[in-house]
Amino acid sequence: MVGNSLVETEQGRIEHLRSLVSECLDEARRQGASGAEAGMSVNFGLSVSVRLGDVETVEHHRSQAVGVTVYFGQRKGSASSTDLGYPALRETVAAACRIARYAAEDPCAGLPEPELLAREFPDLDVYHPWDIGAEQAIEIALSCENAARAVSPLISNSEGAQLDTFKGVRVLGNTAGFLHGMANSRHSLSCSVLGQQGESMQRDDWWTVARAAEDLERPEDVGRKAAERTLRRLGGRSISTRECPVIFAADVAGGLLGHFIAAIRGGNLYRKSSFLIDSLGQTIFPPFVQIHEQPHLKRALGSTAYDAEGVATHARHLVRDGVLQSYVLSTYSARKLGLTTTGNAGGVHNLTIDPGDLDLPALLRRMNTGLLVTETLGQGVNIVTGDYSRGAAGFWVQGGEIQYPVEEITIAGNLRDMFRGMLAVGNDVDFRGNTRSGSILIDRMTVAGN
Amino acid sequence: MSNDPLALAQTTILESAELAARDLDRVMGTLISSKVDDADLYLQQGRYESWTLEDGIVKEGSYSIDQGAGLRAVAGEKTGFAYTDEIALPSLLEAAKNARAITRSGQQGRWAIAPRRPRQPLYRPIDPLPSLSEQQKIELLRRLDAEARRLDSRVEQVIVSLAGGSSTVLVLGRDGVLHGDVRPLVRMNVSVIVQEKGRREQGSAGGGARSDYRYFTEEDRASGYVREAVRQALVNLEATESPAGTMTVVLGSGWPGVLLHEAIGHGLEGDFNRKGTSAFTGRIGEAVASPLCTVVDDGTLPERRGSLTIDDEGTPSQRTVLIENGVLRGYMQDKLNARLMGVAPTGNGRRESYAYLPMPRMTNTYMLPGTHTPDEIIRSVRRGLYAKNFSGGQVDITSGKFVFSASEAYLIEDGKLIRPVKGATLIGNGPDVLTRVSMVGNDLELDSGVGTCGKDGQSVPVGVGQPTLRVDGLTVGGTRV
Repeated sequence: MVGNSLVETEQGRIEHLRSLVSECLDEARRQGASGAEAGMSVNFGLSVSVRLGDVETVEHHRSQAVGVTVYFGQRKGSASSTDLGYPALRETVAAACRIARYAAEDPCAGLPEPELLAREFPDLDVYHPWDIGAEQAIEIALSCENAARAVSPLISNSEGAQLDTFKGVRVLGNTAGFLHGMANSRHSLSCSVLGQQGESMQRDDWWTVARAAEDLERPEDVGRKAAERTLRRLGGRSISTRECPVIFAADVAGGLLGHFIAAIRGGNLYRKSSFLIDSLGQTIFPPFVQIHEQPHLKRALGSTAYDAEGVATHARHLVRDGVLQSYVLSTYSARKLGLTTTGNAGGVHNLTIDPGDLDLPALLRRMNTGLLVTETLGQGVNIVTGDYSRGAAGFWVQGGEIQYPVEEITIAGNLRDMFRGMLAVGNDVDFRGNTRSGSILIDRMTVAGN
Repeated sequence: MSNDPLALAQTTILESAELAARDLDRVMGTLISSKVDDADLYLQQGRYESWTLEDGIVKEGSYSIDQGAGLRAVAGEKTGFAYTDEIALPSLLEAAKNARAITRSGQQGRWAIAPRRPRQPLYRPIDPLPSLSEQQKIELLRRLDAEARRLDSRVEQVIVSLAGGSSTVLVLGRDGVLHGDVRPLVRMNVSVIVQEKGRREQGSAGGGARSDYRYFTEEDRASGYVREAVRQALVNLEATESPAGTMTVVLGSGWPGVLLHEAIGHGLEGDFNRKGTSAFTGRIGEAVASPLCTVVDDGTLPERRGSLTIDDEGTPSQRTVLIENGVLRGYMQDKLNARLMGVAPTGNGRRESYAYLPMPRMTNTYMLPGTHTPDEIIRSVRRGLYAKNFSGGQVDITSGKFVFSASEAYLIEDGKLIRPVKGATLIGNGPDVLTRVSMVGNDLELDSGVGTCGKDGQSVPVGVGQPTLRVDGLTVGGTRV
């Protein structure tokens, strides 16, 4: 067993993992592989949760993992383990090699083209460990939950507040000459409370996440927002079945963009499992829509200089003036489609849709009468056909003003029509996740209710 | 070779880590102190593999080993938890110190392990991976691909996956009893895309069990998944827009029991009810369903995907009556919530792995059969929807609102199935939906072994089931007003 806890500094840990990754690649060659890739990570974390003014859980995390992919010509095999000791690493490589010997020849299988691998590694400022003990973490979580419970006597119960802090290192290498490691950190604080008014019991939450603790929202603000979001749902009711315009609030609008990304992902395209097959160069959105990837933003959650295969990432447009410019491809899916990888093995990096001029109140006025959706529920999205039908909750809007909370309804349409029917993107951008979007107004959907 | 899961688990985990019983004593002694109400040490080793066929070739496979230990100390409602991927004495002692810090006491407890023979296992303590040779696994996948393409010329894409594994666990509780279990699990899935005149639709089917890979070749099961996936995809080629609005809905037998899981089951988990955050809180003894409905959670069904000989806290699984003739009877409990609510644990304490804390989770949740034939039920509906199969669902346990999405549904008019419809999502209120059940079929069926339930970021295998049901007045979310 290799004791990683002996290696104290992040740089030391990276050096240590670099040597283990190199050892894995050498071992793969010794076992007959013509090519190999190996990734390793070690993570440390602390999670505390409090509920009703008292500590509920304190969790100490310490995890590690290794993943190996080997190629015997164009036969591929993969294996992974949570044991980074030398005997286990040899076994993991052997398991991958054994599978590769049984796998079929696949002309598209193999490592990325060497010239596409990242050579430059800008400092993305994503490593800001938070030296915090359980006591201090509990204090922060308590002040968050206390703020939520103090908002109104209608806040009747709590699921609590939770603070998480993680730091870790990750090293990736392959036999095409790539070997790089980086350290990163991630901290988050969330709060969820219940409200009761008559028969209606509701819960909602708010959360904040950042690479550096100082970029988190204040604990009191997180708690207050959680309470406000719960209170505004009290007295929710269904509405009658109808067609109407719909606004997806900023924190759920990212989901819509997620469906778009799923539909232009290489895996779904070459499997013909997407309603956007053969749509490169076509108009998918109205002309005002610009969607792009910004992988090198400082401190952002999705920032990285290279993808899961070591391919360099670049800032680029996916949609310009409503027209699809590029798919989202890995080396394998690109080869299947006769294209070049876009550096998206493992996903997109800081996906952004350019905001418009309107804030949410102005967007509500623009819609005038319709539904503001603040929560979606269930799967109900078929990427093959674009059919969309999900549970939803939100608010009925009339004369540009919120009238009352709405629940137990579904919203339905087809993603192709919904994308084409986008009327505006708000400037109320939710910067928290890997997808950055303002609220999105769509011309018409079917709302089913009582 | 022993067939006793505990003996096997001790061999697999302790001997390979060169840990002796006295080492576990020392770890437990560090973990417990005078202020601890409960504590446990959970050791796990898992081996898993998967093979995927696509474009007519088995293009990749993967293998993984997952092992580690989770240590927990509980005082009142407070839980301290630490885990490590290294099953070795220094790592376990360090984790024990971290986990117990919550109890703010330095006193070391005295400790002695008392192994106990567990109940009769519900599945064989095996590793399913060698039950077929690699060549046989590949030939099976290729045969299914060929079968799918032979069934219909409109089949354009076929993806077949085969996955299996075994999780070996040792649980040492505060009572000093050492429990062990070896849990095999196999899963197969067939997914097809059909194409006609440029329109593409998908269909998928699969199954699984706590058994070995021969489960799929027995009783022609694998070929059955292929036929079902192709049939569903072809039905979807004919499907038109679903109506939107409130109507009578007939739910098919088997997997549509996901309705019970979402609408009822989660709301009856002990943690939500102890905390008072469930729409079912404090309603034991009240009528929450029509008198036709009796719903149970049963972890004791042999070889079922959701079954467990013992749960992840060492409690034997059981059959728990949740709703009896419409009346709410009980909740599903782990040890922590059972203790705090003053009831007995029900064998529902489950965790995704050593790296997560256990909590109350379902096993196999289903409704007992009634008296009507499925035909009678469909014939009784003047206008409505027959939802034969579903893709999945979700619930907000506080408001009680749930949704699930039909993957195969038909419009009913005058007691007959008129045409297939697509994109139908059902939404309703958990505490209310079963009160609207007006007919229960005599055709109870459990799902084919495909369910995975997610809660607080933890996934565990589960089963669901029900007979055909008629529900009066569910909201259907289609596109046609």
